[in-house]
Amino acid sequence: MNNIFAVASIVIKELYRRKDFYVLFILTALICLVMATVNIFNDKHIIRYLKEICLLLIWVASLVIAISTTARQIPAERENRTLLPLLAKPLSRTQLILGKFFGCWIACGLALICFYGFFGALSGSREHLWPLMNYMQAAFLHWIMLGVVVAGVLLGSLVFAAPSSNSTISFVVVAGILLVGRHLDKVALTMQEPSRSIVYSVYYAIPHLELFDLRDLIIHNWPLVPWKIFSLAILYALAYATALLIATCVMFRRKAVN
Amino acid sequence: MARDFEPFESAMSAILKTEKLRVEFSSREFRQATKVALTGLDLEVNAGEIFGFLGPNGAGKTTTMNVLLGFVPPTSGAAYLFGIDVRQPIARQRIGYLPELTYYYKFLTAEELLRFYAKIFSLAPGETDKRIDQLLKLVELEHARKRPIKSYSKGMQQRVGLAQALINNPDLLILDEPTSGLDPLGRMKVREIIQRLKNEGKTVFFSSHELGEVETVCDRVAIIHQGELKAVGRVNEITGKHASLEKAFLEIIGYPTPSTP
Ligand SMILES: Nc1ncnc2c1ncn2[C@@H]1O[C@H](COP(=O)(O)OP(=O)(O)OP(=O)(O)O)[C@@H](O)[C@H]1O
Ligand SMILES: [Mg+2]
Repeated sequence: MNNIFAVASIVIKELYRRKDFYVLFILTALICLVMATVNIFNDKHIIRYLKEICLLLIWVASLVIAISTTARQIPAERENRTLLPLLAKPLSRTQLILGKFFGCWIACGLALICFYGFFGALSGSREHLWPLMNYMQAAFLHWIMLGVVVAGVLLGSLVFAAPSSNSTISFVVVAGILLVGRHLDKVALTMQEPSRSIVYSVYYAIPHLELFDLRDLIIHNWPLVPWKIFSLAILYALAYATALLIATCVMFRRKAVN
Repeated sequence: MARDFEPFESAMSAILKTEKLRVEFSSREFRQATKVALTGLDLEVNAGEIFGFLGPNGAGKTTTMNVLLGFVPPTSGAAYLFGIDVRQPIARQRIGYLPELTYYYKFLTAEELLRFYAKIFSLAPGETDKRIDQLLKLVELEHARKRPIKSYSKGMQQRVGLAQALINNPDLLILDEPTSGLDPLGRMKVREIIQRLKNEGKTVFFSSHELGEVETVCDRVAIIHQGELKAVGRVNEITGKHASLEKAFLEIIGYPTPSTP
């Protein structure tokens, strides 16, 4: 445990010493603030669009942070050869992978706190509504979803050696799941046999990340998600993240590092 | 952790041992032969010695160390540290390792880096502080301890490497070309450090291309060539009838110099 958190703390330290996060945060904040000032007529509907765009930006930014941070972890350790002195210590490879996972995931969580804090402040100042519990639910499920993404990208960084190709592929896969994942079963129905089964199995195999997207609920000020469903969603994500992490550890244990 | 006073198993026991160690690298490229890096290497390093590991470029020195540290699995044969198979992480609890050509996390300062490694060895916080102060003084980086490593020169990075290898006060040091990239003064300092470690009863296993340096500090040396052990013994035994260790080395690897009798 001690070792895992030592590795995780290095990942987090790196994130806040790099400028990526600040740039994304300031960019998101600026775009939203500019849009907020455009709303001079105080039209009620405009607030909705503002919230929608702000949340979309937050989702994109969070995925950029999660994927780019995670994708470079193991390749950078190999390339800079920092992996050697590290693994020469009594640190198992599983601990290293778990440390990287928790580091990236916690770093994403910290970024989300900033983003959702900003979002809450912005929409609250406009709407004079403070549905904190709803924001908390949305942010938490968002973070849980990022856990699956981080675990998947970590696995990808062992499969694809170059971090850039891993990032690109991860982006495409995650965006694909978020945008069309829920429609794959309907797509399958329109197909002929061999491809139909394939699309069906893809539909059942992929983690349905879109389930964790509570943006609509917040935009329309809908009520809370029932806690039972909320907990089931968390279990669902943890199952996927665990499976991906186990695959990563097994792969990494077999790899020669030199 | 008062490891300094822990007795060794026995005065002449091998604390580093390889048995018929063979390593093959299978090539990913199509129709390329597998590369044999080590062909059945038998090596024993006893407690308390300074052991020099010599060989031309590509002889397999780094590969041997990579096996000892569990980075590369042996194709056949076995390796042990303190009698423990190197495949178990616990075998690395009492060793310090300095890799060849390594960069450390550039965004950390030397102090933070050492603190991170100390945490992995589960050193107590008070002990960590004391140890970091000692080590930074030893490698003369006190003035730069709060600066990020990316601002260090090559020699300074090499000295950070030496400091991190010593963080857990190890009983066995595995150093891969510890003096490469250092100026003459830096080399002398490293030799002094190695000598001091020996006086503290530590074992040092290091590779080097600096034969003069090896001659002055080593108790025993091994020479490998193309993955095969060619000679092992005390420096004077190996030098034997030759004028210097360098001449003996060249002869052993098959390049006799004209002045050789
Ligand atoms: N990952 C690898 N894949 C294929 N071949 C490798 C690999 N690592 C090392 N080798 C080969 O194994 C042999 C031994 O290499 P090694 O790095 O152990 O040499 P060395 O004695 O440390 O040399 P140097 O003095 O240059 O550091 C070399 O021929 C090298 O090409
Ligand atoms: Mg080498």
